[in-house]
Parts: sequence; C-alpha cells; structure tokens
Amino acid sequence: MMPENQGSSSPLVLRRVTGAKGISCVVVEGNCTLAVIGERIQQIAAELSQLASEPELRWDLTQVAHMDDAGAVLLWRGWGGHQPRYLFVKPEHQRFFERLEEMPAPPPPVMRNRLWPITVLGKAVFLLWAHLVSLVILAGQLVLEIKYLAGRPSRIPWREISANLYRTGAQALGITALVGFLIGVVLSYLSSRQLQIFGADIFIVNILGLSVIREIGPVLAAILVAGRSGSSMTAQLGVMRVTEELDALTVMGIPHSLRLILPKVIALGLAMPLVVLWTSAVALIGGMVVAEIQLGLGHKFFLSRLPDVVAVSNLWLGLGKGIACGMAIALISCHFGLRIKSNTESLGAGTTNSVVTSITVVIIIDAIFAVVFADVGLR
Amino acid sequence: MPRDNCIIEVEGLYTRFGNHVVHENIGLCVQRGEVLTLVGGSGSGKTALMRQILGLDTPAEGTVRVFGEPLRNQNRQQIQNMRNRCGVLFQKGALFSALSVYDNIALPMRELRMLDEDMIRDLVMLKLEMVEIAPAHANKMPAELSGGMIKRIALARAMALDPELLFLDEPTAGLDPELSDGFVRLIKTMKSELTFTIVMATHDLDTLVALSDRVAVLADKRLVALGTLREVINTNHAFISNFFCGVRGRKTLRSNNSILNSIL
Ligand SMILES: Nc1ncnc2c1ncn2[C@@H]1O[C@H](COP(=O)(O)OP(=O)(O)O)[C@@H](O)[C@H]1O
Ligand SMILES: [Mg+2]
Repeated sequence: MMPENQGSSSPLVLRRVTGAKGISCVVVEGNCTLAVIGERIQQIAAELSQLASEPELRWDLTQVAHMDDAGAVLLWRGWGGHQPRYLFVKPEHQRFFERLEEMPAPPPPVMRNRLWPITVLGKAVFLLWAHLVSLVILAGQLVLEIKYLAGRPSRIPWREISANLYRTGAQALGITALVGFLIGVVLSYLSSRQLQIFGADIFIVNILGLSVIREIGPVLAAILVAGRSGSSMTAQLGVMRVTEELDALTVMGIPHSLRLILPKVIALGLAMPLVVLWTSAVALIGGMVVAEIQLGLGHKFFLSRLPDVVAVSNLWLGLGKGIACGMAIALISCHFGLRIKSNTESLGAGTTNSVVTSITVVIIIDAIFAVVFADVGLR
Repeated sequence: MPRDNCIIEVEGLYTRFGNHVVHENIGLCVQRGEVLTLVGGSGSGKTALMRQILGLDTPAEGTVRVFGEPLRNQNRQQIQNMRNRCGVLFQKGALFSALSVYDNIALPMRELRMLDEDMIRDLVMLKLEMVEIAPAHANKMPAELSGGMIKRIALARAMALDPELLFLDEPTAGLDPELSDGFVRLIKTMKSELTFTIVMATHDLDTLVALSDRVAVLADKRLVALGTLREVINTNHAFISNFFCGVRGRKTLRSNNSILNSIL
C-alpha cells in the first residue's frame, strides 16, 4: 500500500484500455475527491459524459484510492444520473452510489403566482392594518399598565425610567446642540440678507423666534432623537428577541410592556420636551450670534425684544409637540422591535422601518399641530 | 511519533482574558487521521482552545500551526485554501439566519466557484440525507428548526466540502440519545469512507468512548493528560477520576469492559 500522504494527493486519471476480446474498459485511478479534482472539474465532467455515451463500456473504479461525495456526484452526473451497466467498484465506495440512488428529489421551488402585483398590494394593505392594530393594542396595554401601577406605586420601574432618561435625554444633548446651532446660524444668515434688502433688519427677531421655537426646534430634535434613540430601542428589543431574552422575561412573569416598553415611553415623553427646549435655545443662540455679526443687532436687544414679538404660547406648543413626538417615537420603536423575528435580516429591516416610520410620524404630528393650533400664538 | 505527521501543532500556548488566565503552556499535536477529543469541565477553555487553533482568536503567547503553516503571515489564497480544508461545527450551530437550510449548506460550495448549480443541488441533498434531515425541511429558515435539527444541519454545512480536518464543538450536546448515537454512527461511517482528522470537544462520555483515538484533558489551566483513553484513565488526577470513574463514568465504561478492567 502507498504511504498515506502520497496517496491522498495523486490526481484523478481516466484511462481507456481495450481488453483481449476487444472489450473496452475505462479505468479510473487516483483520488476522486473535491480537493484533488479542483479546477479540473469541468474538463473531467466533459471527459466523463463523452465516455458515458457508449453504454457497453465497462467502468473499473477499483483503482480509486479515496472518494468523497463531490467526486461521487461528479461521476454520477457524468453517467447521466444512473450507474453504468458494467461497473466494478470497491465495496466501501459502492455505498456512495447506493446513497445517490436513494437520494430524495429536492423539494420543488415555490412557484410565483401571475397575480403577484395584486397579492403584493393586498398584503401591503393588510400589513399596514396589522401594524395599526398592534400599535393600538400596545398603547392600550401601556394604559392598563399605568392603571396597574397607580394602585402599586412601589412597582414603578424607576431604575429603567432613569436609565432611559439618561440614554435618550442627557446623551442626546451634544448632537442636538451641534445641529441646532448650525441650523440657527444658517437660518439667521439667509433671513438677514433678505431683510437687509427691505431695511427690515429688526424683524429677524420675529422670524427666528417664531420659526425656531414653534417649528424648527421641536421637529429637529424629534428627527434627531428618532434616528438616535428610536433605532437603538428597536435594535435592543430585536436582539433580545433573537437571543430569547424576551421569552426568558415572560417565563419569569415579568411583562415586557411593564419593564421594557413603559419606561421607554415615559422616559422619552419626559426627555423630549427638555431636548426640544435645549435645541431651540441653542438654535436661537446661533441665530443671535449671526444677527449681531451680520446686522449689528446686539444680543441684549434681541433678548429683550423676543418676548414681545413671540407669544409664550408658542413655547408651550413646541414643548407639547416634544411630548407627543417623544412618546410616539418610543411607542413606534418598541412596536417594531417586538415584531422582529429571530433572524439577522429581520433585525436590519425592522430597524430601518422603525426609523423611517418614526420620522414620518413626527412630520405628521407636526402637521396636525399646525392645523389644530392654527389660531394660537400667531398675530 | 514522526513530527511531519502532525496536522495541528500547538506549542507553549497561553490564553488570557484580562487578568483571567485560561490556559498555561499548552502543547499539543494532532496526528493526521485521528480523532482527538478535548475534555474538561465547563469553562475549562475547550472552546477557547479550538477558536485559537482556528485562528478566530490570537493566543497571548505561543504558536499554532495548522497543516504545518503558522496562521499569521499568510496571503489570502493560502488562508482560503486552508479554510476550504477545514470544517467547523460551532457549539450553537451558527447557521446563517437569513439563509434557508438549503442555502446554508450550498454556501461553501457556491463560494468555491467551481461547481455548477445542478451538482450543488445533488450534493446538498446528499448531505441532508447524510444527517437524516427530510428534504421537506430544505426550504425552512433556521428560526423554524429545533435545536437538534440546527446541530445536524450545521454538521452538514461543516461537511459541505468534505474537509480533511473537522472541528466539532460539543457535537452531541442538546441531541437526544437516539440522535446522538446516530451522530456517532455517522462519524464512524464517514471515517471509514474518508481519511480525515477530527478535533472534538465534548462532555458526553458515550461519544468520547465510541469515537476517540486519543483524549486530551484540560484541567487547572493545563493539559493534564494526553493519550489513548486507557492511558488517560490511568493518569492520577482529581478531575480525571471524577469524570471517568464517577457513577456516570463507570456506567458508560462498563460497556467497554477492557477499559473498566484497566482502572480496577
Ligand atoms: N471573550 C471572552 N472574554 C472573556 N472571557 C472569556 C471569553 N471567552 C471565554 N472566556 C472565559 O474563558 C474560559 C473558557 O471558556 P470556554 O472555552 O468557552 O469554556 P468551555 O470549556 O466550556 O468551552 C471561561 O472561564 C470563560 O469565562
Ligand atoms: Mg464550549
């Protein structure tokens, strides 16, 4: 017997010999394994199918040293999916071909219906409906949890609430300040150039005050928080689903809505108005700085005039939007987080959907506020 | 033993996670064609050692050579070739959750870019049959499978390219006795058809006794014994006497009388 090392690397050779009585025979030698065949696979397949076109040919596989599944399949396919009429093979290799003979047919691929545009559209509508229903159910559950907690204040998850407050509020201060300041600068710069044309420099206070406090501050803060905290909430719940942590909580009798979702909704409901206040303030500072440079409008004058031209109801409106948006973002993020299935694809898709939906809902809430409070705070 | 017969060589290996020392000065040689079983208590570092052999983690000190080559300082092609010659069954299966069962097994075959889709289909069905998974499950996603099925499909994926070197991390943990016997039979059949080397970490004495050519025992951060089952059992160490000669150990070994006699 050949030494093992040498034996397992000798190449596969097909040799045609003609015996004494004119009977042709193909002798297969060497190793019939994927590692040895390697790049020569197409060439060997072609050689095999050419030889297999003669049904009377004898096949002698007794010289094959090693065989693996890939090698056996290669021979099998070369023969056209059945054993040749005359086959000589080592008993330990015979098993490969027996297995191939018994191999079950692969399951048929799923056929695509020709009505697919209609079914896709219909499914989308039903999906939207299912989302709405389960969002309402989730909100209802939270209301029930609050009712439950009202009776047992000791059960209120303070730790979770404060952790979420810190994560969604305190840690968001940096990015909201940066973006708010830059938007204030840009807005003030563009408006002051226009106002200068009319010599109406002083109205910069009205424009900045009203737009930042009533619109830009709340919407900017809400969009940033939706991207930042919303995605992390969805991903957190999603990973907990993948790792079965959610199920572990359930079997311990700890409801998700109480320990995971309610703290997030309450914390973001509390943190958002504060973040809105912060963003608006920093944006106004940015605007004020540019007004001073561009128009020579001193900051003392700016600040003293601001309360006169912008009614304080605008501030309440902005904070109200903050509360509504904050709770909506948390609710939507948790809703998408809970819907994630335990695979990575679904985790990615769920997070994307969550952020896109949150931002859309923020804009919708803003529009609703604009319509409902059209008469408030505007002169 | 001839030095060049080593398919894996580990020399002076130390593993540390922060201050936590897991291995101290481990030296090991896995010979071509053998089944080497790593045993040790939970947390003794079986998985950690296997990950270092596979190059997933870098040891704090020491060298690991697989197929005679050090793992670092190799070019892409060499590493790819080495990876194609190894199959790994992870402790938790590690199936790609975004791919169906069929695509999970077909992935390594497709990545070779040598096999055509018809051949891949035949090979996948063969592998599924080998691990006794009905073809009806081929289009399922990993999330829809039971733990035992995940293990078996992960084994089919590890075997996709008929590797020369197979790593099995707790292959029978989480399988029922029937399936785990089936698994042992499967490995034995494959061993008789192909020459390949297996490095296996296991707690399961049945599997260990049935399959191992040699056993390596990890305890007290060191390799306390390395040799055939008989040699290991005769080593004097607290963990070994507990593991092999405890109640469960004796029961298992009773079926293998010659070994039992050697302890008594
Ligand atoms: N990534 C890691 N970080 C820190 N410690 C680790 C890490 N991986 C493993 N360990 C520690 O190394 C030890 C060995 O772990 P492991 O190899 O998984 O054990 P087992 O023998 O059960 O497979 C354990 O004590 C574990 O806490
Ligand atoms: Mg382990």
